[in-house]
Amino acid sequence: MAANFFQVKPSAKKAGKEKERVVDPNLQPWVEKYRPKTIDDVSSQEHIVAVLEKTLSSTNLPHMLFYGPPGTGKTSTILALSRQLFGPDNFRTRVLELNASDERGISIVREKIKNFARQTPRAQAVASDGKSYPCPPYKIIILDEADSMTQDAQAALRRIMETYARITRFCLVCNYVTRIIEPLASRCSKFRFKPLDSSSTTTRLEHIATEEKVAVTPPVISTLISTSSGDLRRAITYLQSAARLSAASNPVAPITSRDIQEIAGVVPDSIVNKFAKTLGIDIPDAVDEYGDVEMADVGKTSNNTLRGFDLIREEVRGLMREGYSASQILTQLHDLVILHQTLTARQKSSCALVMAEADKALCDGADEELWILEVALRVNKAVNS
Amino acid sequence: MLWVDHYRPRSLDDLHYHEGLSDRLRSLAASGDFPHMLFYGPSGAGKKTRIACTLKQLFGPGVEKLKIDQRVFLTPSRRKLDVNIVQSNFHIELTPSEVGNYDRVVIQEILKEIAQTQQVDLNAKQRFKVVVINEADSLSRDAQAALRRTMEKYMSNMRIILCANSTSRLIAPIKSRCLLMRVAAPNPAEMKAVLSYVASRAGAGSIPDEAADEIISDANGNMRKAILVFEALKMQTPDLSGPLSIAKPDWETYCHKVADMIVKEQTPQQVMEVRSKFYELLSHCIPPTIILKTVADRVVERADESLKADIMHWAAIYENRMRLGNKKIYHLEAWVVKVMSLYKHFLFDIDMTGFED
Repeated sequence: MAANFFQVKPSAKKAGKEKERVVDPNLQPWVEKYRPKTIDDVSSQEHIVAVLEKTLSSTNLPHMLFYGPPGTGKTSTILALSRQLFGPDNFRTRVLELNASDERGISIVREKIKNFARQTPRAQAVASDGKSYPCPPYKIIILDEADSMTQDAQAALRRIMETYARITRFCLVCNYVTRIIEPLASRCSKFRFKPLDSSSTTTRLEHIATEEKVAVTPPVISTLISTSSGDLRRAITYLQSAARLSAASNPVAPITSRDIQEIAGVVPDSIVNKFAKTLGIDIPDAVDEYGDVEMADVGKTSNNTLRGFDLIREEVRGLMREGYSASQILTQLHDLVILHQTLTARQKSSCALVMAEADKALCDGADEELWILEVALRVNKAVNS
Repeated sequence: MLWVDHYRPRSLDDLHYHEGLSDRLRSLAASGDFPHMLFYGPSGAGKKTRIACTLKQLFGPGVEKLKIDQRVFLTPSRRKLDVNIVQSNFHIELTPSEVGNYDRVVIQEILKEIAQTQQVDLNAKQRFKVVVINEADSLSRDAQAALRRTMEKYMSNMRIILCANSTSRLIAPIKSRCLLMRVAAPNPAEMKAVLSYVASRAGAGSIPDEAADEIISDANGNMRKAILVFEALKMQTPDLSGPLSIAKPDWETYCHKVADMIVKEQTPQQVMEVRSKFYELLSHCIPPTIILKTVADRVVERADESLKADIMHWAAIYENRMRLGNKKIYHLEAWVVKVMSLYKHFLFDIDMTGFED
């Protein structure tokens, strides 16, 4: 750590900052560690990368609006781009990154953002690492998670964006483009980030696994992909957590698909299947995907005195006691019902209806047990009708 | 001191059930590569106990030296917020949902403050501090959004441990940044083991099997409740023999009374009676959701099989409306009337098809 102080640094302040940034790479989250350094590294967003490459050579940049589901590389792209544009030295003076954890009310827009937009910092001609950077004559303001900004704050940005367009570029990053007010959206060129396809996720995960010397098998990778549904950050976090757990256990245990599911908070298939069976949904009795033997019979014998309503209620109570989250149960039950082979379309649609209602209720903060019970009863009714 | 507190496990080795979980926690604490964590599970399953044990494993006995602080935060509109904070040299514990909608301010201030100070104690085992956030599932969306980037940015100085009953109301970005730790309620055998352990430690000898079974079935997986009931019973009948009557809390008996009234008679007068009972319960600060659930459970026990599903259906609907609405009593009443009309129709065999909504 001390060695940093003896390196030649432009200013003392910088040296302090530098020290803060040096973290033992082993303790860093992999998400940060393997954030793309250049925009070429960004996985699976070829179109966007191609467009931005152009701006690198022409050093002209429009205002930008990045939107797309979480974990698709929006923040990574803009950070990598600005790093490539300005290099490590100018990056600090030329880029302002604000996210939802910073206060971003209207006063901040008026003061902090406006002040930053107004200045014209002098570029440092020679980069300390000896490379040359384009360093165009404008600054970049990154507004991360812009959809959580208030309407007023967004409205206050409108004029600022135009007035200082000569020396400042804005990059808004958000999940839901509809939450950005129209006047702002129309000032930006929009880039839609699509969910990652499984092949590029696989490549990236395998790359990280080999870098970190973690042994992963193809089924583990496929579980990672299916549990994270296109969110690369989530997949990487799960992988790191699993690697941590397996490395920490003694003796070192290989990562299994079950570990990943537990980390992701997914309800084990055997439990969902058993629940579905109680509801009268026909589940083919088989050894499931991961080779676990079905556990359904164990519960059956103890419960067979109960029937109908009481049986279902008992089952729901059990699920709640296990601590599984209601929304997760709902999602998995939904997948099971909708993809089921023998249920009729009518049955499926009435199940879908009740699940939609339940999801809304859960979002409103309704009681989980009551609603899972409600879903269970109505699904049962639909299936038996 | 209450037995619950007195015999609470203090270290990971003392924990009684979920061995696998304890092993994981122990190895994580030892690895030096400690992630953000999210503990979730039903109440009384031992989430807090596990968090405390993990902290002790991380930092040693120093974390048990707690001090309680009252901090004042200023909202952007200059309103003052008082928040109680429990902290040791190594960790800080707070319940931001205490301040309702302003929880974002508290989260931002506290996290920034912790994140920007490094551990100064050179003897500390870890270089980071831990922030424990209770009732994370009642954090507002803004507050959760404020956590997102902070959790990544200040990873070097700080770890966050969230404690929640369910993950349903946490936004996905938070969940994906944490290591999820599910703490399930203990099963009856495990509860029995804990009860007999407490009994022997408390010098109460052994606990008779029937008594233990009774307590366990009453507690429904809630270890805290089980131990509290056990202690109360011990006070009543020191030898725990003979038929035990677990004293139900009086609101519960009151709720059962209400349920019996609903089943017994379905008239406008009865609705008025029930209404006054509900008011009584509400004025004693019994949460309306609990009232509805307890009453519904009881009604369902009494009702005919064909009505049960409908009764629960309307309970779910009105419970949800109660959350959205303002006056709780309206929705409780509406449910009662609904149930009574269902009952009447069932008894007089009136065709209900026209009244589905």
